[in-house]
Order: sequence, then structure tokens, then C-alpha cells
Amino acid sequence: MAPLTIRSETPQTATDAADLLRAAADDATAVRIEGAGTKPWGHPGADCALRLHTGALDRIVEHNEGDLTAVLQPGVSLAELDATLARADQMLALDPPLGAGATATIGGAIAAADSGPLRHRYGAPRDLVLGVSVALSDGTIAKAGGKVIKNVAGYDLAKLFCGSFGTLGLIVELAVRLHPRPRAHATATGTTDDPALLARAASLIAHGSLELQSLDVRWRNALGMVLARFGGAAAAEQAAAALPPKRASTMPSALRQRTSSDCSSSFACASRPAAAASCAGSSVVAVAAGRGCSRTAISVMSPSVPNEPL
Amino acid sequence: MATSQLPTPEAVLAPPTPALLERLRAACGRDHVYTDADQLRTYESDGLLQYRSTPGVVVLPGSASEVRDVVRACSDAGVPWVARGAGSGLSGGALPVAQGVLIALTRMRAVLDVDLPNQRIVVQPGVTNSEISAAVGPTHFYPPDPSSQIVCSIGGNVAENSGGAHCFKYGFTTNYVTGLEIVLADGEVVTLGGKELDHPGYDLLGTFVGSEGTLGICTSVTLRVIPVPEAIKTMVAFFDSTSAAGEAVSEIVSGGVIPGAIEMMDQLTIQAAEQAVGAGFPTDVGAALIVELDGSLVECEACFDDVVAICERNGSLSIRIARDEADRTLIWRTRKAAFAAMGRIAPNYYVQDGVIPRTKLPEVLARIAELSEQYGMRVANVFHAGDGNLHPLVLYDGESEAERAEELAGAIVEACVDAGGSITGEHGVGVDKKRYMPRMFGEPDLAAFQMLRCAFDPRGLANPGKVMPTPRLCGEVPGPYRRHPLERDGVAERF
Repeated sequence: MAPLTIRSETPQTATDAADLLRAAADDATAVRIEGAGTKPWGHPGADCALRLHTGALDRIVEHNEGDLTAVLQPGVSLAELDATLARADQMLALDPPLGAGATATIGGAIAAADSGPLRHRYGAPRDLVLGVSVALSDGTIAKAGGKVIKNVAGYDLAKLFCGSFGTLGLIVELAVRLHPRPRAHATATGTTDDPALLARAASLIAHGSLELQSLDVRWRNALGMVLARFGGAAAAEQAAAALPPKRASTMPSALRQRTSSDCSSSFACASRPAAAASCAGSSVVAVAAGRGCSRTAISVMSPSVPNEPL
Repeated sequence: MATSQLPTPEAVLAPPTPALLERLRAACGRDHVYTDADQLRTYESDGLLQYRSTPGVVVLPGSASEVRDVVRACSDAGVPWVARGAGSGLSGGALPVAQGVLIALTRMRAVLDVDLPNQRIVVQPGVTNSEISAAVGPTHFYPPDPSSQIVCSIGGNVAENSGGAHCFKYGFTTNYVTGLEIVLADGEVVTLGGKELDHPGYDLLGTFVGSEGTLGICTSVTLRVIPVPEAIKTMVAFFDSTSAAGEAVSEIVSGGVIPGAIEMMDQLTIQAAEQAVGAGFPTDVGAALIVELDGSLVECEACFDDVVAICERNGSLSIRIARDEADRTLIWRTRKAAFAAMGRIAPNYYVQDGVIPRTKLPEVLARIAELSEQYGMRVANVFHAGDGNLHPLVLYDGESEAERAEELAGAIVEACVDAGGSITGEHGVGVDKKRYMPRMFGEPDLAAFQMLRCAFDPRGLANPGKVMPTPRLCGEVPGPYRRHPLERDGVAERF
């Protein structure tokens, strides 16, 4: 069999994209859509003769600060979007791994329904997308939803496209809901080498009346850790309140009292050098009732640090 | 037998055949199949009373398998059907097809599974919204809380993607449904999702929620529930204008606080509600703004004073902080009585549902005031201030004014769309808002909706005549002409 000739196209407009898709449909050419190519598991099994790149559809079309919404083209990089929104003290509450070079795009994150620790409080991509415009294989551009947070007009096709891995069309524009960026963060952690205790601790925190930004559990090198992150004006107090003495008996036994203002792994400092002010608001609080801790360092898992395994 | 036209409430169907009635009786039992004229008239309308249509037969299945048998009987006979929960909807979504089958889910009221360790509850569609929170209380609750929650059914909530006062912070029905058992229009039973948060494949769950009963009928709903907040702090601030109150909302939200609920009432609404509830709200102010913070105690306390300060900075005339649970209940009763209380200041009212970007509130309210003067009818406004969902209440007197009131309500919806909003925030499109769909969606958009609908129900038997502005047959494919590969290869020709 002759080797497949692969053609790459980078549509400059939504109409270009729609035209390319229709032409491909006419020729029965398989199409693969690519953002920054950070999610190889999203690629179809079969070879595709046409690769459509979203790199030229990379504008932040609207940022409606007062309404906490934004309209984006698919090629917008999540890292750059976050930097832009941070300037207005806002965020898109979506923190999936960004791939090597932190190049992951919003289109890819939505198409793969990728998410990170912030999923705990803010939901998956489907819960953040307000509306989509999509280029379909018949050459039309269809939209569903809108730009407002509350909307039940028509069918919710935006949800269908979240997690559709580019199999239904190319997302050419999407509207997302934003959230205020918490003024400060604090993470309470606990470690143990007993998996059952780890599970109980995580469950206890999950069922409490705490408003966690994120609740993660990791197991690495035969040691487990629960990470409970809080955000808001009273983040540190919330974190401290998460581990009152009365819970000590059900908490992991190997804990250590430590307050750290080590910012080197915090989100705010990692991506932007001029973020000293926001660094001061971040602290790691590991509250302990410890006797004899066999562990040493507690690292802060920052979900936006690329390639950081959790 | 099946007609060749897509059945709509406007089309004329023959009454149900004896054969169909027998199958329905075999499915649900003779006692649960109604054909008596008086019984049928009970179901001729939902909460939107201006639309009435008498079904040919009403069936009340008691289980998922009975629903399946009913739907299959309808499919075999080619007869359209409409599902109905509590019939409290405000867009005519449960309006029967004349002479068609009306499937009432009111007998299916069982709570099937309460799984608090996994924060899930599984219920039949006839369970009411407030029964859900009651079943998982006092430690957990179910946040989407439409004002009709005491009567509305969860199946109806799923169909409409219902919201409520707390949805700005907590989200809508679609953010809480993790699983559904659905009967498709051909009688096939499909399970989507389950208790897990994530499922592989397409988000058909998300597509079904809010589809207004046009893609199938759900017979079991799995919902996520969450722990009750540690603390709740409620206040109501009074302003001399809705704009001032709107400014306060913007400042509160941009300051990083997401209140559990944030509701605005204008002067007319306050006056009516005060007459009904007597909570002591001043009746000479321009607006009341209820702000409720909930969440962790320390965070609530840290933010509450800021919120009070913001209201004062934006010119609040007075602020009432709820002293205790009873006071908080009184404040909320005033808000929730708003619609019903309209009866105290006008003989009739027409409630509208529109959404606007929150920042457009002053201009849209100004436009509403303009329209109100133009039509010579008062409009009271209740506003979910956080998410921009506006409920203008057009007040009128008697049948002679009804049509103009509806016209005014329609002009308000157009103003919402012009401001970048939506024709419906929570009540749905149903019958009532079909004609506005083309204001929001162009032909390619409607074609995509139709493609979805046909994928689920190619014969158009599930709640026809709702949502889509004009009836279409599946198989009509608007759009550019597409050559078949055989045509392209010169093997075949189209005539």
C-alpha cells in the first residue's frame, strides 16, 4: 500500500475551516484536528490524510469583565489566557496539565474534556462552557448556547462537543464562564503510609462542610498524601480549621506542624516573575498532631506546573 | 395509523384507536388509563394557562417497564406523546398534542437509593424537587431550587434544566445529573452514566438535560448532592434605584465573592410582596437586594462585612441583617411570594423569563420602563441578580388586555436578546418561545438542533411541536448540496 500523504492546513478563519471540512467530506478524507498537540491519546487510531491546525484561530475575542464571561477561539493557549485573566483578578477555573512547554489550548482541553484539581469545586469543561460555534463536515457553521451564564434556549450542543475529541466538527469559537480569582490560597496536607487511613481522611474532608478549591490524593514511593486546598480571603484560616485537634485520631498519623511561605512551587510564582505580591498570599499549612514523623519534605502540588504528576 | 405529516399540536389527529387503548391498559392497568372527558381536561394545560389542548388519552405508568410499554405502543401505532411531571412548567412544555397520548409520571415517586457516602441519590422522575433535599438532609442538600420546588418534579427539572435562586453559585440541574435511564421514542431503554462523575464517550447526559422532553422520557435520575454549607448569612439592602443595586452587585462579584444567592426586587414587587408577607420591607424604596453568603464560617464572616460596606458605598438606604433562621425565612418568603403576590396589586399578570448579561441590567430595565409606558401597563421586576435572569411580571386587567400584555412580554424578550442575552433562562422554550428561536439561532443552528433531535427520534413522536420554530421532517437536510461519492466517481446520477 502506498504511504499516506499527509497534508496540513491552518485555517485563518472559521469559514476557511468549514470549507476545508466540507472538501474533506466530499473526498472522503479523514481529518485530524490539532491544537498544540499535547494530548496524543486524543488522536484517532487511523491515519488521517488531512491535519487541521487551530494555531491561527488564537484570539481572545471578548473578555467581559463585569459579566465574568469570555469568548475564545480554540487556539488560545490556556497559560496565556490565565495570564490575561489574572490581570483582572479573574480566572477560567480549568487547570488541566498543559503539556511540555505549557502550550495546551482551550480547544483541545474542551475537546478532550480535560481537567485538573480545580474540577473539585468548579466542575469539568462542560460546566464552564456557555456556548459553542462549530464548523461541521457539511461546511456549515452552527452555534448553540450563548454568552450568558444561565440559558436554556435550544439544545445544549456545547455539552456534546465537550469530550467529543474532534469527532463531530471543529470548535471555532466558544464562550466560557469565568470566576473571581481567590485572593489567597492555602493547602493543608497530611501524609501516611496506610492506604486505608488515607482513604478515610480524604473521605472525611470531602464530606465536611468545607469549601475546598481542590481535594487531591496522591501515592508516591509507598507514601500517601491528602492535599486540601482552600482559596479566598480567609484561606489560611479555612485550612487551619480543616484539621482541628478533634480530627487528629482519624487523620494520618505521620504529620508534622509546618508553616511555609516557600513560593517556589506555588502557581503564582512559577509562571510570572513579577508576582511577588501574590506569593505573599500563598502559604502551605501542614497541621500535625505528630509524633515521630518518618517523612521529610512536604511538597505543594501546583496543578499548573507542567508535567507535575499527581 | 401513522400520518405522514409531522404531528404538531396544530395538526389534527384522529382519536386513539381501541387497539391502542387496549395496549395502554395492558401496560398500566385499566385504572391508570383515562379517557373520560373530565379526566382529560385536567391535563389540558401546564402552568402556562393560555395554551390548552385536550389529549386523546392520559396514562399514568407506575414503573420504568410500564413507561417502556406505553412508549412502544405509541411507536407501533405511530401516535405522538407528551410526558408530564407536575405540570407546573411555564413554557407549555407539557401541553398535550390534541388527541395524542399524555404520559403523566405522577405515580413514579419513589426514592430508589440514597447513597450519602458517595453523595448520590437515585429517584424516579415524579419525585418533587424539595423531596430530594429532604431525603438527603440534614447533612446534604440538592442545590437547584426553582421557586416551585415544593410541587415540581425532578423529571420536569431534567427536561427544562431548571435553576433557582442559588444557581449562580451552585449551578443548574445539568451540573448535578450524573445518570439517567431513558426510554427512547421507539421504546428502547438506554442507560446513560451512573453514579460516577465521568463517563467515557459523548456527553449524551448533558445533551438530554434541558431537551424539554423531545429526545425521550427519563424513568430514573441519578443526582449528585453536596454537604450543607457550614454557615449561612443573609441580608437585604434597600436602594433608591435598581441601577444602584445593580452597581452593588457588580462590585460584590468583582470583589471575588460568589454569594450563595443574590436577588433583586423592584418597588412594585416589594409593595405586592409586603402586602402578602408583611416582613417589614420599606415600600417606598426603588429596589431590595437580598444577598446570602454561604460556605465556610470563616470565609462567610470575612466577606460579609465587605458586602455590607459595598452596599453602603453604593448608596443603600438601609440594611437588614437576618437575626436568626426565622428572620431569614421571612426575608426569603417575601422574595418567593413575589409572583403569587401580584394578585394583590393587579387582577392578572404574565410572567416573563429572559436573560441578559448582568452588566446590561440598567439599560434593559430602562427599556422595560419605556415599553411599559408605551403599552400603558405596569411591569414589576424580579431579578436573579447574579446570573442575569430577569422575570418581568406584566400586570394587566382582564381578557381584553391579555393579548397586549403578551405582546409587551414578547417585546421584553426581544430586548433581552438585543442586549446579548437569551430568550429563556429557566422556563424553557416549549410552545411559548418557539417563535423567538430564530432571533437567537440562524438556519444552520436550527438545522444542527434538528439533526440531534432526529438522531434520537427520527419519527418525531416525542413531544412534537415544542422547541423548534417550524415543524420539520427528519431527512430534510437544509444546507449546501452534497454529492454522493458514487456521483462524484461518475458511477451514478441523481434525477
